[in-house]
Amino acid sequence: MGELDIIDARGLSCPQPAMLARQALQKLTEGSLELIVDNSTARENVSRIAKNLGWEISVDERSEDDVHLLIRK
Amino acid sequence: MSSILRLLTSRWGPIITGVVIGILAPVLVRLGNPGNMGVCMACFTRDIAGALGLHNTSVVQYIRPEIIGGLLGAFTAALLFREFKPRTGSAPLVRFLLGMFAMFGALVFLGCPWRAYLRLAGGDWNAILGICGLVVGIGLGIVFLRMGFSLGRNRPAPKTLGWIMPAFMILLLVLLLVEPQFGRDASGNPTGPIFLSESGPGAMYAPIAVALVVGLAVGFLAQRSRFCTIGAIRDMILLRDNHLLNGILALIATAFITNLILGQFNSGFEGQPVAHTDGLWNFGGMVLAGLAFTLAGGCPGRQLFLAGEGDGDAAMFFAGMLVAGGFAHTFSIASSPSGVVAFGPAAVIVGLVICIIIGLTMREAKT
Repeated sequence: MGELDIIDARGLSCPQPAMLARQALQKLTEGSLELIVDNSTARENVSRIAKNLGWEISVDERSEDDVHLLIRK
Repeated sequence: MSSILRLLTSRWGPIITGVVIGILAPVLVRLGNPGNMGVCMACFTRDIAGALGLHNTSVVQYIRPEIIGGLLGAFTAALLFREFKPRTGSAPLVRFLLGMFAMFGALVFLGCPWRAYLRLAGGDWNAILGICGLVVGIGLGIVFLRMGFSLGRNRPAPKTLGWIMPAFMILLLVLLLVEPQFGRDASGNPTGPIFLSESGPGAMYAPIAVALVVGLAVGFLAQRSRFCTIGAIRDMILLRDNHLLNGILALIATAFITNLILGQFNSGFEGQPVAHTDGLWNFGGMVLAGLAFTLAGGCPGRQLFLAGEGDGDAAMFFAGMLVAGGFAHTFSIASSPSGVVAFGPAAVIVGLVICIIIGLTMREAKT
């Protein structure tokens, strides 16, 4: 895997942030993915989906509307 | 207290919310609400439409405090937890239409997904085909989501936008309490602008204060736990995630037990309260509702609570439901307990065609 994949899921309705995360993670066996969200619901949903698939999450909250979820395995 | 509040955002959140609704909804029926209608987002919004004079079916006109409380409870939670974020711009007109068609579908069945589960827990087996329809509608919505369906992104908006729905709910509460009657009918008797049923389901209600407090509690819990009766099934199919589904299972189990304890469990197809036995349209109505709710991103309760968080697009969905609550009766779409009426099936078919077109064509615009 080369450059870090970044998905901007800000402003999207349920279930799109979690769905985009799941679709991207299913294409990877390992590596990392960054997903940007702007609300707590998307943050919780994406984190839960990634953990269920066995990935680790770290959160970089730059502001309330700019939360970067770094997903790694 | 803070550990309980933290629990609400954990995997226990939807379960706790489901249990609380499962207890309180049958209690509201005990205290006066119509049968298996402790909480119904569709029926209650239709009643509010009637009370505001958007339809004149005199048996279903009442300003339901549960709706007012639900939005204000979510609003309070959002303010307390810094999640009050006014936003809009994600295809509000399409969301208005989806709200309308979800409402038509739900009123052909006679209940939103919340009431479908509550009807099941009360022994109304007609709900089974309704829930099957709901699952099919959600499945259809998932097909579109997988094909790239999106209503686009919302954008942050000024605080004023987020305060409009809470203010509207306060206005509704004032109208319920004051019940202004400054119109005059042909005989000179006081009438309107607020119309409240004197008989029928609209005249069956729990005490205002109790209904309001229950609404506030449910809105608060559901905002924290992201409780969603559509997301429950959608996430299980689409994401293999049972987080929200656990909440629905908890709701059904708890409501079933509460109904048994209160002597309100009455199993069968015939003679169920505010329900009909036309299986085809119980199914069909909920296919439409399930599809429209899925395309809009959540069940009517979730839309109400999102509107409380300041989501102007969810508020437009609610506005669509309110307007459709009027049209459903003036256009003879909403079923009656004796069955479907003149334009119910046609509205479901037209609604399905339009929702499918929306599902096939709405994509995020590239800028």
